[in-house]
Amino acid sequence: MEDVVKMKEIYFDNAATTPVAPEVVEVMNRFMTKNGVYGNPGSFNTVGLKALRALDNARSKAGELLNCQASEIIFVGSGTESINLALQGLARANKNSNRKHIITSKVEHPAVLQTCEFLEKEGFSVTYLDVDEFGIVSPERLSDALRDDTLLVSIMYANNEIGSINPIKELVSACKSFDKGILFHTDACQAAGYLDINVNNLGVDLMTINSSKIYGPRGVGLLYVRRGVLLKPLIFGGGQEFGKRSGTENVSGIIGFVKALEISDNLKDSENKRLSELRDYFISKVLRIIPKTLLNGHPTSRLSNNVNISFIDVEGEAILLMLNERAGVCASSGSACTSKSLDPSHVIIACGRPYEVAHGSIRFSLGRYTTKEEIDSALSVFPKIISELRAISPVSLKMEDVSVYYNG
Amino acid sequence: MVNENDDVFELTLHRDVAAKVRAKELEDWFYTPEVKEHFFNPKNLLKDPSELKDFKFNGYGSVGSPACGDKLDLWIVVDPSTEKIVDCKFKTFGCASAIASTSVLTVMVTENGGMSIADALKIKPQDIVKRLGDLPKRKFHCSVLGDKALRVAINDYFRRTNQHERIIVDGAQVIDTVLKVTDKDIEEAVLEGAHDFESVQKKTKVGVHDKSCIPKVIELINFYTKKYYG
Repeated sequence: MEDVVKMKEIYFDNAATTPVAPEVVEVMNRFMTKNGVYGNPGSFNTVGLKALRALDNARSKAGELLNCQASEIIFVGSGTESINLALQGLARANKNSNRKHIITSKVEHPAVLQTCEFLEKEGFSVTYLDVDEFGIVSPERLSDALRDDTLLVSIMYANNEIGSINPIKELVSACKSFDKGILFHTDACQAAGYLDINVNNLGVDLMTINSSKIYGPRGVGLLYVRRGVLLKPLIFGGGQEFGKRSGTENVSGIIGFVKALEISDNLKDSENKRLSELRDYFISKVLRIIPKTLLNGHPTSRLSNNVNISFIDVEGEAILLMLNERAGVCASSGSACTSKSLDPSHVIIACGRPYEVAHGSIRFSLGRYTTKEEIDSALSVFPKIISELRAISPVSLKMEDVSVYYNG
Repeated sequence: MVNENDDVFELTLHRDVAAKVRAKELEDWFYTPEVKEHFFNPKNLLKDPSELKDFKFNGYGSVGSPACGDKLDLWIVVDPSTEKIVDCKFKTFGCASAIASTSVLTVMVTENGGMSIADALKIKPQDIVKRLGDLPKRKFHCSVLGDKALRVAINDYFRRTNQHERIIVDGAQVIDTVLKVTDKDIEEAVLEGAHDFESVQKKTKVGVHDKSCIPKVIELINFYTKKYYG
């Protein structure tokens, strides 16, 4: 890859994945080689027993962090797998029940949306809730959609593209006041490390967290499942993870994940304070120094690390390439060209923004290692890059035409 | 020892090549140096609309729309005595490959004293992609709109010079009125292995915004699939 950028990179893509924290790597290394703990937790011998103890300790620690029982935590291979286990596992367990209705929102991650589309083919009916112009689901909207045969509500805690935060507590109580039997799952992959993940405060029945977004190793995630909630497994075999997810446990990965969760929970308040200041500085400066820009998502009810801006008259993929090559800035875009599909960001479209706005959207996701110097260095090249691209573009839209929302 | 080292070197080299092939298949984000050159330093760019006052063009073509994610404008100067395109300017809204493919097209039609209208009308997206040293596969059709804009511009030249009888439909009929996707484009997509609406749309973007054309597109896909694959 000799053509990969040689200049100093500025990483604004922490919502895609985070680097693994050195402290996490250090802990994981103790659970790999012959000199450390390497056994199979299922083995009936002292080497296996050491691994089992380590795994149990990690599960208890995760339970403490989520304020639940250790036995309510299922470790899985990713956030996506966790979501699939929640949705498909519940659907399988309720194949013969009268509850065949699922509610989700239009701005969920593809892991939720694609699973729901699959379940529709399997005979479930799915309601995809509209969101407001900030991408937020209102409890009233959810209440209106609840039915006697509703099995599950799955609403993300915070949006991965625009960082908007859903009022999970209020959504859960809207759900439970209609019918206590309706289960509530939340995808907290982006929320972990930034928001309260105490499951009893939130009132959720199921919750998904992914390790690779919180400075932990890749290939690990968890699903919290409240005691008494029945799930059918997706993966059969040796009966690991309470029979809900077979396969030899990824001990070092799980231990690294829980360590990462612990660190991010400890740093939560200070990081939120630091990052929200950087975020607001970033947003206000971009909107001020570059004409024809729009903020996507809520101005305040958003993750402290999320900045999502649309640059009008230019296309996102072209912006990304130029930012990357000229300034080393690594970000991501809601443009159709950076997705595998033909359509631009379903999230920004669901907010009611016109297609033109979605095509020019860029997500800058800050993180633990982001500094103000990096932001200033990026901001110093933005105006030139955008005006250069605008000089190539034949498009000159009127702000009053593109600042509208089409969802009322 | 020397031989052994050579073997190791061979092996490493081999692995590098394999990795590059894999990277090309998987990492479809990466562009060739030619694409980057035309993206970072576009040729024949109309920097400011005011330049048009002094640019004595006699053909103008525009395809796409910002809502689709691609829009490009092309201005051509045709020498009526030789029927060669002697100058050309463009503007493009779109991704890097959309910008680069238009830029390289303007070079193709103006280099060596200019391309004849007859030859210019024969330019296919594949020719543009070849000149760019390849494009990521999924970018192939959707971002290469230059040939279509060129056809529109040449027709505009015929119109401006009162040669209405020469306006070319060329067997190609515009099916998608927004992106100017023709039946020829659909035929090519079928020939490249797309045999249902979804995969033809992936290649051509047909019907993304002009939804009214979808039934006609499906009809054409069935027609060409039968024609070429029985």
